[in-house]
Amino acid sequence: MIIMAGEKVADGRSIRRWRVTISMVVILLRVLALFATAAATIVMALNKEKHTFAVATIGNTPVKIAITAKFQHTPANVMFVIANGVATLHSLFMLSMLCFVRDKYDFKGLRFLTAAALDMVTIAVVSGAATAVAFMGEVARNGNSHARWNKVCDNFERYCDQGSGAMLASYIGILFLMLVNMLNIFEYGRLINPSSNNPLAA
Amino acid sequence: MNKTQWIPIVCLRVIAMVSTFVATLLMVTSHDSAKVLGMTFQAKYNNSPTLKYFVVVSIITTVYSLGALFVPPRKLGRHVLVIDLIIMSFLISSFSAAVGIGQLGKEGNSHAGWIPICGQVPKFCHHVTASLIAGFVAVIIYFLLVLYSLNNVLNLVAFKA
Repeated sequence: MIIMAGEKVADGRSIRRWRVTISMVVILLRVLALFATAAATIVMALNKEKHTFAVATIGNTPVKIAITAKFQHTPANVMFVIANGVATLHSLFMLSMLCFVRDKYDFKGLRFLTAAALDMVTIAVVSGAATAVAFMGEVARNGNSHARWNKVCDNFERYCDQGSGAMLASYIGILFLMLVNMLNIFEYGRLINPSSNNPLAA
Repeated sequence: MNKTQWIPIVCLRVIAMVSTFVATLLMVTSHDSAKVLGMTFQAKYNNSPTLKYFVVVSIITTVYSLGALFVPPRKLGRHVLVIDLIIMSFLISSFSAAVGIGQLGKEGNSHAGWIPICGQVPKFCHHVTASLIAGFVAVIIYFLLVLYSLNNVLNLVAFKA
């Protein structure tokens, strides 16, 4: 992983091939992360279910109440939508930087640091939101007998299932973002062009 | 990695270790009971899976911070950084979930028919709040630690190439 002092630059062809492979893999993973977080945002934002309950009977006609479960009733879901939206925009921004702004500007090595740091921030925010939704969903599905909180999911099956699907997509997005970050950190040594002073980070 | 890069990392790690240890202690020793209509109603951290997850992750972070102090920074710096990233993700996720459940206990959720419980067990709520404040300090310190380690790894590789 660290280019030794005695390594010949004539080995540049295999290093070039390795750099191209890593760049392709990073772009592919970023595209997958983009789709995963976009799916999570959209699926959670469209989460809404209406259920009619028959509460009492007056004479012969039952009195019905319609209760709607919307995603914004729970603050954790709101944070989930916002965080995954931010992650989608982040992936889009990074992809445009990789594809369109290849070597035009000289960032003096700051490009790698900025990309890695922004990736870490996105991973932190999205993982916080996804786990908060996970535990809120757990309370909704199982209730909490000690706090006298009844379960909600037995009446709103589709709402709960849609929320779980969005959460799963978000976790997959986190996994891909983490893989991208690890690849950047470990392969940075090989991505440096040995014949120039400025590191050309992918 | 020379001393000027290595001392702030050690300091940050020690502070994070102490914060997570304090968060664990405060959460584990939180309990309160209330009498409602003749029944005794006990609140402990065991009753909520979220708070249990917070305690487990805080213990893992404490032990890992203690172990990472003794790793040679030059050889395994990048591996420590990657594991730091994973642990930071766990820590932030557990803190976020615990704060979400705390907000639910303090203000309830009228749409789901969940009433707030902090009115009946105030001592438990205050203990959990203090533990979450310690957890928040740990999160901030850990995040700064990861960013600072990333900066050092970059310098390390650039000077060797």
